[in-house]
Amino acid sequence: MSPNPDQMSFVFGRLSLDSLPLHEPILVITFIAVALGGLAAMGALTYFRLWGPLWRDWLTTVDHKRIGIMYVILALIMLLRGFSDALMMRAQQAIAFGGAEGYLPPHHYDQIFTAHGVIMIFFFAMPLVTGLMNFVVPLQIGARDVAFPFLNNFSFWMTAAGAAIVMMSLFVGEFAQTGWLAYPPLSGSAYSPGVGVDYYIWALQIAGVGTLLSGVNLVATIVKMRAPGLTMMKLPVFTWTSLCTNVLIVAAFPVLTAVLVLLSLDRYVGTNFFTNDFGGNPMMYVNLIWIWGHPEVYILILPAFGIFSEVVSTFCSKRLFGYTSMVYATVVITILSYIVWLHHFFTMGSGASVNSFFGITTMIISIPTGAKIFNWLFTMYRGRIRFEVPMLWTIGFMITFVIGGMTGVLLAVPPADFQLHNSLFLIAHFHNVIIGGVVFGLLAGITYWFPKAFGFKLDPFWGKVSFWCWLIGFYLAFMPLYVLGLMGVTRRISRFEDPSLQIWFVIAAIGAVLIAVGIGAFLLQIVVSFLRRDKLRDLTGDPWGGRTLEWATSSPPPDYNFAFTPIIHSHDAWWDMKGRGHVRPVSGFHAIHMPKNTGAGVILAGLSVGFAIGMIWYMWWLAVLSFAAIVIYSIAHTFNNDRDFYIPAEEVVATEDRRTRLLSAAE
Amino acid sequence: MSAHPIDTIGPDGKPAFYITDGRETVHPGDGTMLGFWIYLMSDCLIFAVLFATYGVVGRNYAAGPSPADLFDLPLVAINTSMLLFSSITYGFAMLEMARNRKAATLFWLGVTGVFGAAFIGLELYEFHHLIHVGAGPQRSAFLSAFFTLVGTHGLHVTFGLVWLVTLMVQVGRGGLTASNRRRLSCLSLFWHFLDVVWIGVFSYVYLMGVLQ
Amino acid sequence: MPPKILRLLALLPLGLLLPGCNLVIMSPSGDIAAQQRDLIIASTVLMLVIIIPVMVLTLFFAWRYRASNKAATYDPEWHHSTKLEVVIWAAPLAIIVVLGAMTWTATHLLDPYRPLSRIDAARPVTAEHKPLTVEVVALDWKWLFIYPEQGFATVNELAAPVDTPINFRITASSVMNALSIPAMAGMIYAMPGMETKLHAVINREGVYDGLSSNYSGAGFSDMRFKFHGLSQAGFDAWVAQNKAAGGALDRAAYLELERPSVREPVRRFASLDPELFTAVLNRCVDSTKMCSSEMMRIDAAGGLGPAGLLNVAALEYDKTQRRGAGAAAVPAQRNTAQRFVLALCTPADPVGVRQEVAQGPAADAATPPAGQVN
Repeated sequence: MSPNPDQMSFVFGRLSLDSLPLHEPILVITFIAVALGGLAAMGALTYFRLWGPLWRDWLTTVDHKRIGIMYVILALIMLLRGFSDALMMRAQQAIAFGGAEGYLPPHHYDQIFTAHGVIMIFFFAMPLVTGLMNFVVPLQIGARDVAFPFLNNFSFWMTAAGAAIVMMSLFVGEFAQTGWLAYPPLSGSAYSPGVGVDYYIWALQIAGVGTLLSGVNLVATIVKMRAPGLTMMKLPVFTWTSLCTNVLIVAAFPVLTAVLVLLSLDRYVGTNFFTNDFGGNPMMYVNLIWIWGHPEVYILILPAFGIFSEVVSTFCSKRLFGYTSMVYATVVITILSYIVWLHHFFTMGSGASVNSFFGITTMIISIPTGAKIFNWLFTMYRGRIRFEVPMLWTIGFMITFVIGGMTGVLLAVPPADFQLHNSLFLIAHFHNVIIGGVVFGLLAGITYWFPKAFGFKLDPFWGKVSFWCWLIGFYLAFMPLYVLGLMGVTRRISRFEDPSLQIWFVIAAIGAVLIAVGIGAFLLQIVVSFLRRDKLRDLTGDPWGGRTLEWATSSPPPDYNFAFTPIIHSHDAWWDMKGRGHVRPVSGFHAIHMPKNTGAGVILAGLSVGFAIGMIWYMWWLAVLSFAAIVIYSIAHTFNNDRDFYIPAEEVVATEDRRTRLLSAAE
Repeated sequence: MSAHPIDTIGPDGKPAFYITDGRETVHPGDGTMLGFWIYLMSDCLIFAVLFATYGVVGRNYAAGPSPADLFDLPLVAINTSMLLFSSITYGFAMLEMARNRKAATLFWLGVTGVFGAAFIGLELYEFHHLIHVGAGPQRSAFLSAFFTLVGTHGLHVTFGLVWLVTLMVQVGRGGLTASNRRRLSCLSLFWHFLDVVWIGVFSYVYLMGVLQ
Repeated sequence: MPPKILRLLALLPLGLLLPGCNLVIMSPSGDIAAQQRDLIIASTVLMLVIIIPVMVLTLFFAWRYRASNKAATYDPEWHHSTKLEVVIWAAPLAIIVVLGAMTWTATHLLDPYRPLSRIDAARPVTAEHKPLTVEVVALDWKWLFIYPEQGFATVNELAAPVDTPINFRITASSVMNALSIPAMAGMIYAMPGMETKLHAVINREGVYDGLSSNYSGAGFSDMRFKFHGLSQAGFDAWVAQNKAAGGALDRAAYLELERPSVREPVRRFASLDPELFTAVLNRCVDSTKMCSSEMMRIDAAGGLGPAGLLNVAALEYDKTQRRGAGAAAVPAQRNTAQRFVLALCTPADPVGVRQEVAQGPAADAATPPAGQVN
């Protein structure tokens, strides 16, 4: 007897065996590989009895340093997924010419470019930025942790839950085929009836909760938790840019949340915000999503600017040129980023005056950005430049980013944009600033702070291999796209007729492969450095001749960061301390008050995934139960008053004595 | 904890680089009010988007009914007064908390909860009525925006009620501890914030809708 | 506009790099695109004034102040110079002031909504240049071009006589697209229920590529067409060919054509319903649906009152259900029914089938001009 179809649909919603992509060999093989990898990892954890430590020390941790590291790991995993998508697109566009279909039908290709955009922005760049800020900011301001340590853990797990939902769409159902911003009416239920857009919505909403709370957390941390003497105009530039980024997060992400809520209501309830009939207005969606979307660009680039500022002054062994104008430039960019959104759709038919206004405000942003570039340039002037890997990334950035900045200003000229909008020129432009700016910055940041996190440097040879592959690969992959844009080629097309385009796509594909080698070299660099960690060990905690406070403590720092809260007298606090012959206290330690680890973040994020699955697949019972569980568990969590403990003075003494011995061994 | 200021000069006359007497300059909960305020401002932006949406599509009736056809101003006026009273009574609760009187605090919190529940009840009645006559959120962009804006506010109040009850239990069990006082202050911010938003909804959606 | 020599200089590197490759945006055949090209070059040259020195200085400083060069000055505490700060803020500012002024002027001059004032750099538009009107509808996934003055329509083929101003009126049937003919002029979005405009001219005879340049779903990649720039005689012959093709594009034929299809061949309709574009724009080709122009008029007068709650019906044929390409297109998967607002009167029932709901402003059913974007 077959089960009653009504019961089946009550239990499984619209999920059925047809939702599994068993007919797509690429996905089946990927799934098998992922499953085997997962089983191997779980086997290893069991064999080495690491489940307990993993849960106690990492998954439930409230230590900002460990959470930062977990964000970075999440970002690197998602980079592999997002970059695989990029390779598949490049391959398809390189072969699908003159009647050849390529190997990706539109249904698959359209999911890939959507997923690539979503993953790279939300689940690669954002977690990596958040991870670095999490790790570095409390150390730079001399704090024990962030303002809300539990919230930090919860934020991370919500971000990870969003990533898990995107990954799930690969194997169960489908992802959106709408482009990464899911413009209606295409993304409405009328034209995208499947689960793809629902996966998109819930992945972003759940990750968005994490991003927003993490933004609140870091703003409160920087405003409230600075060490004594650390006034705002003495803050390290990375902390300043982090502050501005997190202000942007709390002021921009609510708009994304709201606009996605409106889209979900259109899809689930049948409201008419963005529909064609009943008075809906799709242009409102485009405006609202870019009111979030443009600040988002600066959310990503500002911390990268901060990293370059730290790196350039450290490796030039020279104080940053024009600190004050650097800070003001950052603040000006933060404010201006809210009044430029319309430059993303000059072609929608606004009047000439509106278009010119937004074009000119966009150009104005290039003034503080230009000032920043000059500041880095004049920091190099009369410096002693050490070409360590982070500095290489910085110089690569300065050369590459100005090209992207130039094409960006060009696109801000509305009549020029009428020709170049949505073309591959646009694609080349924003990859030019995102790879040349954000990615180079984040890779510089990882290399720069890696010894602080793990106590040994990254192997410079493989770092240099990775840098050159990325740099050359970038130019090979994206300069042809500028050319193709000038040839009138539009984005998101999966097949071409004109055979004269093909050579450019082939070059771009070769560039993408070179970048893949760069990513491989980067991962290999981590493995090699781990194996050679004794050679690369940093005993002093200050491997680069650092200037800011994070280099004052050991590598890796103890749980409590600083045994004694530092007092700040000047810019570049650690440089000042070294210069004035500070003596590290070796006795008189006290017990230190710390927050306790908790599994609540993992549990709440897991329940959120359940809620999202219920909503995506119309398993209403699952959605209702998960939501109820979230509410009840949250309430129960507020009754838990056992949230903190003291690290006993003896343990602090033991830790600090170890450091004393290491420091004397290093001399 | 107003201890003596931090010495930036050490006993030897050189600059001091560490606080060595074991004092902490920041304490758990220091950032709570600021953090919660920032969260409220981000929530305020969600309402800003919903108000803007209502401003853009609020007159797109799709050849259906307009606010003047649908809204029952006396009912909404009663509803508004419920929420305004609840804000006043929450204020009384905070005054009692400052006087460290647990029972009185709990009493006023309870009164606040009753007013809040009355507000939600009236709003649900209004929604039920509109949907019953066919003026549901699907009928026009105006109604979509109306239900979403007012409904989002209502969800916030509902959440506030859950929070209020939770806090009453916590105060009842643990008394007016420092952490419970902090929580009551946060809820206070939240509750008054919802009141301010409602005044916007009442004037912009209901009054201007009916009187235009 | 920069001196010609600068323009050539800016093109030089591209010229060396790209033998035999057709940079249509850099060598267009229409005056609007040519002016847009000039603007691209002028802005680029202007910005290179600052970009090139920065790139050179970056490499020079990196080399000059390398750690191994002990001969270079080392000044670790030098971090401020008011003069230099003024320069590094003023230099980009100066460039942006110039570029901003150029942008303001050019944006107004090249506004796609502005009727042309010149045929090309040498010839202004005069009374004898009678503009050609073309109504464009982006469909799933093909282009419909309506020639209202000549009274015919084509699918996926566009033609116009050279040196004649063309007034495009653009809309879409379901989702956003963009009409893009790079050789002639920049793109403009095509959006359902809204009208956008483009004024352009083609100056050279030839066959040019046209495409949708805003992603619109599964059939997007094939949403291309050929644009023929013809002599007046050639255009007249092309018109005659279309007029001789037979077939009529009435409302029924449009509703059939509107259904999603990919790689539609060129099709010709010798005659058409003159109200068709207005009906498409107002989303009421199916005459049981209320036109959005009428809906807007009713809304401006305060809606239909409680009676307006009765005039909603579900679509009988739901074109969107056929749109999705994959397994996702199963109709039952959608949560919401597709509905529409009923027209108050139809050709079959000129006084209105539901007279009980027709009150006040809705009584006279003349079609007012359609609303447009902006």
